[in-house]
Amino acid sequence: MLVLDDVTVRYGDRPAVDGISLDVADHEVVSVLGPSGSGKSTLLRAVAGLQPVAGGRVLLGGRDLAGVPAHRRGVGLMFQDQQLFPHRDVGGNVSFGLRMHGAPRAAARERVAELLALVGLPGAERRSVGALSGGEQQRVALARALAPSPQLLMLDEPLGQLDRSLRERLVVELRQLFGRLGTTVLAVTHDQGEAFALADRVVVMRDGHVAQSGTPVEVWERPADEFVARFLGFANVVRATVRGAEAETPWGRVGVAASGAPGAGASGERSLLIRPAGVRVGPAGSGLECTVEGRTFRGEQVLLALRPERGPSLEASVALRGAPQAGDRVGVGFEASEVVVLGE
Amino acid sequence: MDLAGREVTRAAGGGKAPRARTDTGAGRRRRIPGAAGRLALMAVPAAFFAVFFAYPVGAIVARGLREGGTWQLGRIPDVLGDPDILGVLWFTLWQAAASTGLTLVLALPAAYVFARFDFPGKQLLRALVTVPFVMPTVVVGSAFLALVGRGGVLDGWWGVRLDTSVWAILLAHVFFNFAVVVRTVGGLWAQLDPRQEEAARVLGAGRLAAWRHVTLPALGPAVAAAALMVFLFTFTSFGVVQILGGPSYSTLEVEIYRQTADFLDLPTAAVLSLIQLAAVAAVLAVHAWTVRRRERALSLVAPETTARRPRGAGERALIGGVVAVAAVLLLAPLAVLAERSFAAPGGHGLAFYRALQDSDGTFAVPPLEAVGNSLAYAAVATVIAVVVGGLAAAAVTRRAGPLVRGFDALLMLPLGTSAVTVGFGFLIALDTPPLDLRSSWILVPLAQALVGVPFVVRTMLPVLRAVDDRLREAAAVLGASPLRAWREVDLPLVWRAVLVAAGFAFAVSLGEFGATVFIAGPDRPTLPVAVARLLGRAGETNYGQAMALSTILMAVCAASLLLLERVRKNQAGEF
Repeated sequence: MLVLDDVTVRYGDRPAVDGISLDVADHEVVSVLGPSGSGKSTLLRAVAGLQPVAGGRVLLGGRDLAGVPAHRRGVGLMFQDQQLFPHRDVGGNVSFGLRMHGAPRAAARERVAELLALVGLPGAERRSVGALSGGEQQRVALARALAPSPQLLMLDEPLGQLDRSLRERLVVELRQLFGRLGTTVLAVTHDQGEAFALADRVVVMRDGHVAQSGTPVEVWERPADEFVARFLGFANVVRATVRGAEAETPWGRVGVAASGAPGAGASGERSLLIRPAGVRVGPAGSGLECTVEGRTFRGEQVLLALRPERGPSLEASVALRGAPQAGDRVGVGFEASEVVVLGE
Repeated sequence: MDLAGREVTRAAGGGKAPRARTDTGAGRRRRIPGAAGRLALMAVPAAFFAVFFAYPVGAIVARGLREGGTWQLGRIPDVLGDPDILGVLWFTLWQAAASTGLTLVLALPAAYVFARFDFPGKQLLRALVTVPFVMPTVVVGSAFLALVGRGGVLDGWWGVRLDTSVWAILLAHVFFNFAVVVRTVGGLWAQLDPRQEEAARVLGAGRLAAWRHVTLPALGPAVAAAALMVFLFTFTSFGVVQILGGPSYSTLEVEIYRQTADFLDLPTAAVLSLIQLAAVAAVLAVHAWTVRRRERALSLVAPETTARRPRGAGERALIGGVVAVAAVLLLAPLAVLAERSFAAPGGHGLAFYRALQDSDGTFAVPPLEAVGNSLAYAAVATVIAVVVGGLAAAAVTRRAGPLVRGFDALLMLPLGTSAVTVGFGFLIALDTPPLDLRSSWILVPLAQALVGVPFVVRTMLPVLRAVDDRLREAAAVLGASPLRAWREVDLPLVWRAVLVAAGFAFAVSLGEFGATVFIAGPDRPTLPVAVARLLGRAGETNYGQAMALSTILMAVCAASLLLLERVRKNQAGEF
């Protein structure tokens, strides 16, 4: 459906998107994940035709989009802050794209009603957009983007400004909706939870490049490199000397599971990730001696900040029941299955 | 607003993507349709200005400075070396600066009060403060004479006379231009989201600091625009100085009129016109240089949501002060004017008004017909000005190169050009086929529209620029072509500004005198022309009729402006 071939976008001399190639298949939902300034919004703007492309090709349904202005591209874009038209009511916003495409009035009205029902706002046509709550605005923006049945729907931080419970509910709804409609979606977000919950495939961006591309499970289980691992929130990343099924780390010798990770099977000086769940916390005197410096409550789990007797600080995830208190001294071991050798 | 350096450094409000800087490669290729579109938009205003401004002004300068096929440029140093002329130039400059400062000091509080507070009579007062702006200069001169001159009201009560001092001129200029500041600044102020200031307050800024750091920068372009307009008006002030300045004070414009009409010294008048044009161009350039592009995507809200009832004694005192200043400064001259129109010889009555229905030889038609003429001319002029100015504003909305910048500055020039020169230039230049318009009625609205266009552009540009670019992008992604996006997004959002602009254009057209007096046919006088002719003739009846006509003009303006306020209010509900 969408093919990006070595696409580069520059602001002045600075490339915001630097030679990215990316395919989005029909009915696929792809999430571009990356920190602020990684060029992910620019990517969407380039596909939408709002940002000129300095190099490479953008193809949609096999058609080269070079020189095609934004209004003839047939893509939908849901803006980060919605950008609902303040001078039109909800119905006027949703029907905008239909009117632009010359849909007959009656058909447009029907479609608007259908879409508003779809996003959970039936009968809201006459409401003023100023009177909507954040979540409702997001729904209207989605309905507006969907109304002209775009070949490709793009979402820029679709749920960025919503509160957590609403966001979690909407992610599920969106996922079901896209599945039902068979929409091809390219979304960008900085929130990994959102990306993982929404997407068939996740593309992690860094400084205008693709750092990793894969299913949510692949990316989560086997981050490509230290950047991706740290961006996903993992703190226990160190340089280590890997030899077969063992690695020499600042925390001592650690077992390494054989896996499909990008760095698996390699040996020598590598980056090593130990997931917090793989840090086993036991009574003091066994394994690596650590002091508990802090606890972060995570519901069923507690995230411990540990200060080991040697090496950098560690994070460990333990069950809430029986979790040690700050200041306690503990002994720590590592589960080989939660240790990942990262790519360079 | 600034006139050059269109580098709009938009604070990418909320969004992360910096604005497009597309100067290279594929970027330029993509932009060709936009550039072509912009050129097409510029074509109509450019042609309008070339034919109805540059050509007539050029023709009259050539008439004055060309002799036997060669340019007699030796006149320029002669005129410039004259100490009298230098004195005129200096006076013109400093009185304009002083008038501008005084107007800002008195009118900015009023702009604030109108923008942020609701109080009884607000609509009426807002319409009333706009009335002076459209009064013919000769009428205002007479009104101020009647108020502060010999035998005037102040003289009669306290023996105070100001007509021999420069204060009369300055106050008359404030009288005229109060509305420029209130409308231009207040219009935007009313739409600024008060929550921006609240955000600053919460962050620890005091009331004044919040205003200075949040509101003032947002208002900056509008204040600069208003100041520039006031400066240009007072720099080219004619009727007021003519009447109140006496022999001691004279502006360039008055001098040009004297040289043209009294001494028939066209070469000197031509040189003075050029000097005035150069001075205005210099002012515009300095303005462009000092005011860096500061227009940003502002957070605009419906104006009726930003005003509230005053709280506390301080706010009530402020409103009271503004109302008092407006009453003394703006309403007193108008009241004196109205009073004189009823002060018939046999006691107060409508004698002067009745006399207006008879044609007594001053005109070929009864003076009352001037009302209809004026309204018709002004309506046509408004349509021309809104179309030409609207196209021009749309063309220069986006950041663009030096061509567009120069075009933008050019749009302001008619404001600073001698109206006398333009009017006379119309007669001289537009008299040969295919452009023989001398006997055509369209000549008058064309000349009036010339002065109206800058208003339309200046009023619409800040609002057009403040429309968030991403709304246009949202429309584009949904399938709207650039033109369609403009119609669907920009137009509804700036509709208010268009109405305000139309109101301004209508008002200046109604009050235009300097050019109209040359080109209006003797059987189709406009109100200001009729007033001036009546004032120019001796006799109490003529004076009284002039006052009566002025009062009618005043009432017409007040009525149309009140109407405009209503329209504004009704449609603003769309926001």
